Formats: sequence, C-alpha cells, structure tokens
Amino acid sequence: MLKLESKQVNFYYGSSPALKDINLEMESNTVTALIGPSGCGKSTYLRLFNRMNDLIDNTKLTGEVLIDGIDIYKKGINVDTLRKMTGMVFQKPNPFPKSIFENVAYGLRVNGITDKQFIEERVETTIKQVVLWDEVKDKLKKSAFELSGGQQQRLCIARALAIQPSVILMDEPTSALDPISTSKVEELIHELKSKYTIVIVTHNMQQAARVSDHTAFFYLGELVEVGTTKKIFTNPTQEKTQNYITGRFG
Amino acid sequence: MNHFESELGVLKKDFIKMWELVSLQLKNSLSALASMDHEKAQKVMLIEMEVNDLDLKIAKSCENIIALYNPVAVDLRFVLALIKINTYLEKLGDIAAKVSKFVIKSVDPFYNDLINKTQTLAMFEEACDLVDDALIAFKNNDAKKARDIFKRDEFINEINKTAFLAIIDSIKENPANIEKYLKMINLTRRIEKAGDMSKLIAEEIIFYIEAKVIRHDSK
Repeated sequence: MLKLESKQVNFYYGSSPALKDINLEMESNTVTALIGPSGCGKSTYLRLFNRMNDLIDNTKLTGEVLIDGIDIYKKGINVDTLRKMTGMVFQKPNPFPKSIFENVAYGLRVNGITDKQFIEERVETTIKQVVLWDEVKDKLKKSAFELSGGQQQRLCIARALAIQPSVILMDEPTSALDPISTSKVEELIHELKSKYTIVIVTHNMQQAARVSDHTAFFYLGELVEVGTTKKIFTNPTQEKTQNYITGRFG
Repeated sequence: MNHFESELGVLKKDFIKMWELVSLQLKNSLSALASMDHEKAQKVMLIEMEVNDLDLKIAKSCENIIALYNPVAVDLRFVLALIKINTYLEKLGDIAAKVSKFVIKSVDPFYNDLINKTQTLAMFEEACDLVDDALIAFKNNDAKKARDIFKRDEFINEINKTAFLAIIDSIKENPANIEKYLKMINLTRRIEKAGDMSKLIAEEIIFYIEAKVIRHDSK
C-alpha cells in the first residue's frame, strides 16, 4: 500500500529552487534511503513530510505531498495531527533537559494525556521497543544527558515512537554515533520496519545499502534515480548515480 | 586519483601482467609441442612459479579491496570478475604446464603423427588466440569482442570431437598402443579446456561491463 507520495513537487528557498519536479512513491512498511551530495535537497525533501519547512521564512512549495493519499499541504490540514503521524529523528541526539522517563513521556503529555498508568506503560513499552530498557530501567529518573550518544539517539527514537506515528523520518540518524551505536540503530530500523514506514537521509552509502529497501538519489534538487537498493548498488541505470555511489562524483 | 582508484590501478596492473604471463606460457607450450622441444617446455615450467605468486597476490588484493573500500556497482563487479578470471588464468597456466610436461615426457616420435592427425596444434593455436582476444576485450571494455569468443570456442570443441573419434579409430587399428592414445586424448581434452576457460573469462568480462550474468544462458 502506498504510504508516502510526492507529485511534481517543487520547493524554493526564496527564489532558489531546492527541489525540482520530484515524483516519488514509498510503500508502507518499507525503508527508503535518500542519498546525494550535500545541498542536493534530500533533507528538504524529508522535511516536507512533517511540514517542518513551514517553519522557514520565504519558502514556496508547488505540487502535492501525500500521506495515505491525503495532500498534507491542502487547506484545513491540522499540522499538529500530521506531526503526530510522523516522528522525526535528527543527526545529533537531542534529548530534552529532562529525565529519561520524561523525555519519552513528553509527547504524550503535550498531547493532553494525563493517565499516569497509561503513560508509564507506554514509556516502558516504547523504551523496550528501541531495545534500551535493560540499559535504563534502573535510572529512569536520571537526566537523559547521562546517557551515551548512542543511548541518547535510541531515546530520541523512543520519544518519536511514543506518540505512535506511522512514519519515521530520520535525518542522518547515526552520523554522530560510534560503530556499535550505529549498528544498534540500524538493527532498530530493521525491527521497526514491520510497523512503520521509514525514510532515512544518509551520507553513508553502506548504511543505505544495509538498511533500506529502496534508494533515491538526489542531485542539485533533482531526483536522478530511484529503485530497489539492490539495483541501485549493483547496477544503477544513471551514470550520475554510479559515479556518486562509487565515489567518483564531481 | 583517490586512494581506492590507485589501489584498483595497482591491482589491474598486476592482473594484466598475470594475463600476459599466462598467454606467454600457452604460446611457449604450443611452440614446444609443435617442435617437441624440451628446452621450451622447461621455460614454461619456470614461468608457472611466477604465475602462481601473482595468483596469490591478486587474490589477496581483491580481498583487501572488498574489506577496506566496500566497492559497489561497476567497481564491485570489476573486483568480483577479477577474482574469477584470476582463477581461470591460473588454471590456464596449469594447462600450459601440463602440455609442457607432456612434451618433456613424450620422447616417442609416435606422437608427432598423432598430433598432426588430430589437428591438436590448430586447436591449441585457436585457444591461445582466444586468451589474447579476451585480454583485448577486457582492456577495451568490449563486450562484443567477449561475446565473439563463445562462437570461436565451439570451433575448438568441434576439432576436439573429431580428434577424439580419430584417436578411437586408431586405438581400434592399433590396440597395443592404447596407453599412448589415452595420453593423447588427455592432451586434447586439456587443450579443449583452455577454450572453455576463455569462454568463462568472456562471461565474467560481460558481467563486469554489462552487469549481466550469462552463465547457463544462450549467450
């Protein structure tokens, strides 16, 4: 089933086009990797799906961005509801200056949930889901900053999952992590795929190859090629894609 | 040139050297067989050691490149093809060495007639040409030239079939020399295998250039 889609999407920062006529479809319960050199538009594209680009002044979007077949930019769309559907994980772990427990509970509380038992259960379930429970169960009231970088990132993923989104957007989620933490996050992506649709921006070609089902290559705001990850990394159709993934770009 | 490209460059250089040495081995063994020249046959055995060393060096380089650089797409196909072609070249070197051993051990003029009768030299000459043409196809990324090898290998197969029947007829006529005839069958089969190796090399060249696996295919 089609989960995410963009139709003839153009996006501008001021008068500079950042995305040019992007048509892309992503199925439910798949992982799609967005790759391309810095400034190619992949993060801008990712942020279309939770309307984070709305927070930037002097931008313009044309075309349609759809989740579950609904254009999320049409009038009347509740952005808060949309963002509950789309959890986001960033490059650098960004826990709130709160306890481990409160970081995960945060999304529930701001959504008006006050049932203590419900919150406790959801926090535990979610922390277990990101395979962090055994490491933090005895220090839930401690500051999230006491955790290692890898643990903080998994906590941030738990925070995103607590509000039960159906889409997870990841913007270089392991670029600040060591190889072991990276491996844990990648394993997690694999586990989460059965319940969520995941889009990941990464500069790590091997990571894209390891974790994703599909890969989309962006260059200068254009979607050069999209296909199964296996195809893109063994025999891409476009020469630009081949030059990029083999490190001969430019 | 980045580090990876420079490593690939070194590997390619060693690989082409290996190919040229094997080609030289085959030509020398052909020449030794044509004149039943023991001295030339001995030279082939000397090159064999160098080929074996290069075989190990290339295999190790391929392993290092995969482990250290994680090649993808055309680079990955290049390294994968090299690993296989390297093995085939080493086997071709073995064939040249075994033909030379045949020359060294066969002092009997009996074989001269049989070699002519079975067109063994023509078959061997074509097998040597195929190895050289495969190298040209590889150097020039020429998949068409690689494909031409399939048909030419059929020519070798035909000569081998005819040679086999001729030897069988000879055995019937002269059963006392059966051991010598069986040695001759062994020789022609080895040379026919050299053609097969070139065909397998051509398949790998096409895989590297076109990303097509054509084994078990109609080519």
